[in-house]
Amino acid sequence: MAESRIDRRFAACREAGRPAFVTFITAGDPDLETSEAILTALPGAGADVIELGMPFSDPMAEGVPIQRSSQRALAAGQTMDKTLSMVRRFREKDDETPIVLMGYYNPVYVRDPKKFVVEAKQAGVDGLIIVDIPPEADDELCIPALEAGLNFIRLATPTTDDKRLPAVLANTSGFVYYVSITGITGTAAPDAEKVAVAVNRIKGHTALPVAVGFGVKTGDQAREIGRNADGVVIGSVLVEAVRESLDEAGLATEKTVSAVTECVREIAEGARMAKTG
Amino acid sequence: MTVQQPNTYRSGPDERGHFGIFGGRYVAETLMPLILDLEKAYEDAKADPSFQAEIDSLNKHYTGRPSPLYFAERLTEELGGAKVYFKRDELNHTGSHKINNCLGQILLAKRMGKTRIIAETGAGQHGVATATVCARFGLPCVVYMGKTDVERQKPNVFRMKLLGAEIVPVTAGAGTLKDAMNEALRDWVTNVDWTYYLIGTAAGPHPYPEMVRNLQSVIGNETRAQLMEAEGRLPDALVAAVGGGSNAIGLFHPFLDDPSVKIYGVEAGGKGLEGDEHCASLNAGKPGVLHGNRTYLLQDDDGQILEGHSISAGLDYPGIGPEHSWLKETGRVNYVPATDDEALEAFQLLTRVEGIIPALEPAHALAHVVKLAPQMDKDQIIVMNLCGRGDKDVFAVGNMLGFDL
Repeated sequence: MAESRIDRRFAACREAGRPAFVTFITAGDPDLETSEAILTALPGAGADVIELGMPFSDPMAEGVPIQRSSQRALAAGQTMDKTLSMVRRFREKDDETPIVLMGYYNPVYVRDPKKFVVEAKQAGVDGLIIVDIPPEADDELCIPALEAGLNFIRLATPTTDDKRLPAVLANTSGFVYYVSITGITGTAAPDAEKVAVAVNRIKGHTALPVAVGFGVKTGDQAREIGRNADGVVIGSVLVEAVRESLDEAGLATEKTVSAVTECVREIAEGARMAKTG
Repeated sequence: MTVQQPNTYRSGPDERGHFGIFGGRYVAETLMPLILDLEKAYEDAKADPSFQAEIDSLNKHYTGRPSPLYFAERLTEELGGAKVYFKRDELNHTGSHKINNCLGQILLAKRMGKTRIIAETGAGQHGVATATVCARFGLPCVVYMGKTDVERQKPNVFRMKLLGAEIVPVTAGAGTLKDAMNEALRDWVTNVDWTYYLIGTAAGPHPYPEMVRNLQSVIGNETRAQLMEAEGRLPDALVAAVGGGSNAIGLFHPFLDDPSVKIYGVEAGGKGLEGDEHCASLNAGKPGVLHGNRTYLLQDDDGQILEGHSISAGLDYPGIGPEHSWLKETGRVNYVPATDDEALEAFQLLTRVEGIIPALEPAHALAHVVKLAPQMDKDQIIVMNLCGRGDKDVFAVGNMLGFDL
């Protein structure tokens, strides 16, 4: 597979002596226009890689913050067409920052996976993370994605043992996403020491960068995790910043975009210090 | 959509858990290793005669199996057509077929060394059965139940509490079975090492659909033997309600390769299939992926899952077990809807002419029997699975009929 935006970005961060800072937002949260403004502002605030959530009615692996974020987006009328258009418009302005679409299989399945991967590539998407499709079903989506020129990023978890790890890594590209806890997003705080052991274990099996997420909420945590990891992912804390900025009717305010970018800036600073102090 | 007819309808699923294109294992990576362990443990248990012997013994002495096959003489007269038999699984301990599945799975959980049981429930029948086996085997039990269902199934909520279970009301979505299942999956992923998820229906990731079907097939196997004894022949038609579809697949599976037996699964038609207020995923949905399996789902064009509606909490689910999706596509089973109103009428009819108060779930099956029997000859035979009793529903039905309780 040719070198991708994701490969280039992780290499550049490594060269700069810091972990890549990966930020998750839900497409269309709290509404399309505001969400697009947040997306546009993320790179300037310190995001090296953007995970754009495709909202789903039944996000089984998410904690309450991302569940609510999905519901806000769907209530505001977000659709897969709109999510792909957001990426297309982002690409007109930014040809460097990688975008990974993250979500659940059903909205992709009903669209037809083979058609979806081509549309995503054309829109300027660089990779996919689909939570509920394991390597055992690689022929359905992962292989078509790779053939379309998308990276397919697999989650490895504390329950993925050494025996299973090669199967999980087999068709993974771009980076490996290590889930730092057994649990759902935005709940328990990861234990940095255990995470370091796990990251090194995964690195024993692959040359791909390893990014760590689930439960990272502060700059200090990002600094700790980023010592060993090649990337640090935050998500729940950002969609909570969206929620806290809304007015009583649940609508965006003039503070919404800056609430997210300030949060990104603060935690990105922690991540940037990871390899130095 | 019709797929090629197989040589047998009873050989599924394949080694990846598929029934045709349906079924499979679509879960987060955290759960995959555990699901593979579960499959292995179940295969080992199936090969161990002591596992089945223990189930048989509990079925007999704890549940009260075999449940009777009852000829409903007055109902047959009233309908004026085929002879109607009921498989009386509502007489089981705990009041429904759910106990058949729970006993098998809790034995498996113990074999796997799990120390905590979680479950989802809609009507509360599965929650009660799970809380019951947890009390019997001394394991802590947490039941996820939609908030809407907690309110409309109060007697079962109290029963579960008495049995020592913790009830977690789920407020997400419409607060029904789908949301309870999401929340149970979130618990499982968080406590995966020591927790066993006791799924109540023949759905979810492989091997659950196969395992639940096998544990419920005691219904169909007994029916076959009992009807042979009573009538010396096979039935002409089988009828069962389908929510997730565990009582139905349990009755149907032993008869799938008998072409003379017509089979009907009855879906919750709610307020009618023309709007969104129903749960007829096979008649009005399309294939998708949810809760670990590919199956027919109620969903919009963008793949967002819709909230169904049914008068019956146990049928209020936008999906269906994957084997039913396959049986629909092969044409082996006919899936038909019955509306809230038809179910409510059938509920009252059975109470009046047979002195049996059915649960609202099998009342849907009965609504189809009411349509079917008069079209059949008097020497023909229908067997309906009377899979639950109506004690839990009397308050809700009382309100609907305008009684001041």
